[in-house]
Amino acid sequence: MVMIEPTPDGRFGEFGGRFVPETLIPACEELEVAFREAWADPTFVDDFHRVLRDYGGRPSPLTECFRLSKQLGCRVLLKREDLNHTGSHKINNVIGQALLAQRMGKTRLVAETGAGQHGVATATAAALLDMDCKVYMGAVDVKRQSLNVFRMQLLGAEVEAVKSGSQTLKDAVNEALRDWVATLEGTHYCLGTVMGPHPYPWMVRTFHHVIGDEANEQCLALTGTDPDVVVACIGGGSNAAGIFSGFASSESRLVGVEPAGGAAVGRGVPGVVHGMNSYLMQDEVGQVQEAKSISAGLDYPGVGPEHAFLASIGRAEYPSVNDQEVIEAFQLLSRTEGIIPALETAHAIAWVVREAKNLQGQTVLINLSGRGDKDVDQMMEILNVDRVV
Amino acid sequence: MTGPFEEALREKRALGKKLLVVYVTGGFENWEASVEAAAAAGADAIEIGIPFSDPVMDGPVIQQASQIALDRGTTPLSVLQAAADLDTGIPHAVMTYYNLAHNPGHERFAASLVRAGISAAILPDLPYVESAPWREVAAKAGIETVMLAAPTTPDHRLGDLCAAAHGFVYAVGLLGVTGERSALADTATKIAARCKAVTDKPVLVGVGIGSPAQAVEACTVADGVIIGSALVRQMLDGHGAAGVGQLVSSYRAALDEG
Ligand SMILES: Cc1ncc(COP(=O)(O)O)c(C=O)c1O
Repeated sequence: MVMIEPTPDGRFGEFGGRFVPETLIPACEELEVAFREAWADPTFVDDFHRVLRDYGGRPSPLTECFRLSKQLGCRVLLKREDLNHTGSHKINNVIGQALLAQRMGKTRLVAETGAGQHGVATATAAALLDMDCKVYMGAVDVKRQSLNVFRMQLLGAEVEAVKSGSQTLKDAVNEALRDWVATLEGTHYCLGTVMGPHPYPWMVRTFHHVIGDEANEQCLALTGTDPDVVVACIGGGSNAAGIFSGFASSESRLVGVEPAGGAAVGRGVPGVVHGMNSYLMQDEVGQVQEAKSISAGLDYPGVGPEHAFLASIGRAEYPSVNDQEVIEAFQLLSRTEGIIPALETAHAIAWVVREAKNLQGQTVLINLSGRGDKDVDQMMEILNVDRVV
Repeated sequence: MTGPFEEALREKRALGKKLLVVYVTGGFENWEASVEAAAAAGADAIEIGIPFSDPVMDGPVIQQASQIALDRGTTPLSVLQAAADLDTGIPHAVMTYYNLAHNPGHERFAASLVRAGISAAILPDLPYVESAPWREVAAKAGIETVMLAAPTTPDHRLGDLCAAAHGFVYAVGLLGVTGERSALADTATKIAARCKAVTDKPVLVGVGIGSPAQAVEACTVADGVIIGSALVRQMLDGHGAAGVGQLVSSYRAALDEG
């Protein structure tokens, strides 16, 4: 059995744990207890699913890609997380954590963000539930994703540009942790992916489980069986964990696609940072390295500990794709299906395109984790297109 | 096991002295001179920081010094090699983050400390609940592992945590990261008192002490204090070893006067 509860000390195999300053240990313990209680309380679970339905737009549809399937020679199905409110899967986790924080009596959310999608989702939930919200974003990413910065501000959140270290996602996590250490009592750290200290990896996956549950039913209704392959992109690994968890006990092949410049699993060196023991991009002495890819949302040097575990036991595989393949996949899906994917998501599509020759006749389910509106400016630059006036 | 670090602190405490431990960022320009100046000015022990890429427990001052040190090409090896040549007459600890011990492996890291003449290790992101595997290896190598106790640490864990500590118990003075504050947080004396109630090991308050007067106030309960950001600020501001020496003297004098 995989993708069940971690051990009491938060381990998935040898990975996971709770490597945070002592000050935060009681907060993690309190959060774990609160989450267990809430998730066992039908009122909370009903509330969660009601908000996801009436506000978030769930269930998200399953779309069969007729043109792309024909072109690739395999049957491609998309789980449409791009159609959720705020444009990505991130909202599932954020609604779960924000409701939980409110139940715990917290009045303020802090979050880290890379591309800004998790920050926007957190700002959205804070507005909905009347909570204060502060989002930490690397100064480099603030420049890359200025539209999302303004979006968060419109939603009433305060955005702080983090100027320490590499000024990207990992440094935003550091700064959010530093904020949380100082503001524990009234603040909840709304972590954006399946990383961090126990119980975050497990809790965040649980809130995203809805993706896999729906997809499982939808696939069965459409095809009468499980897909041969389930594919998702990997930043920290939350959209992948969500969809994998619906198929963990099936025969489906699970594939998480990393960016070549951020291949934490691909490089396979265990390390400890941000509260967890997991695969981590680091130099030869253990300094954490900066991930560098075309998509800010995947530029995280680590990966959730459960993915490290799934990789180590061979249940899931974690290939990587390069920026050029991503740029082509981004355009391909836009033209063949009329769906502009997020650059993050385009990594998953790129792998399917590259592997298509080995997937002939198979059914491939891709988690379409987000939409590409936020990326069109960057794409114009990459493709050297001038704005038509 | 009582190692040399704890032994030295216990001896001074027995003489009725309040303990002064200071932090210096390893790899910063002329940091070795700052260590020597601090020792000469009356510090009882030195914490040598090995800069890490992601110092989550540190505020802006130590973050900046660490980044400058890293940008100069500082590595754990370069700091430890230089530390091996420092002869201050007082015990040395390293303060760094756990991945730098995890990456080479516990045995190799502990051995590298021993070779550098280091007696103790402080790893702020390795909390008590995760620390047993490291502590076991460290103890075998003769390295004392300081445990951090926080204002949030519940009573049911504090006794075990203090019992597991070697060298001293690091009582984190406030909810937050390193950096000077304008007043001593009331959490500082509270956590020191809670630790003192369950252990006879030296209990030192660190994080947030910004003036000699605050140090004296913390020592109404604690056995001593750890001064970090205030000292590193001297280095950042370009005052060098002389500035560090003066600063340490001012704390020493205040603590000795009581
Ligand atoms: C659309 C989209 N997909 C994927 C990710 C990567 O995160 P994760 O691996 O947690 O799903 C992001 C992160 O910003 C995103 O915005």
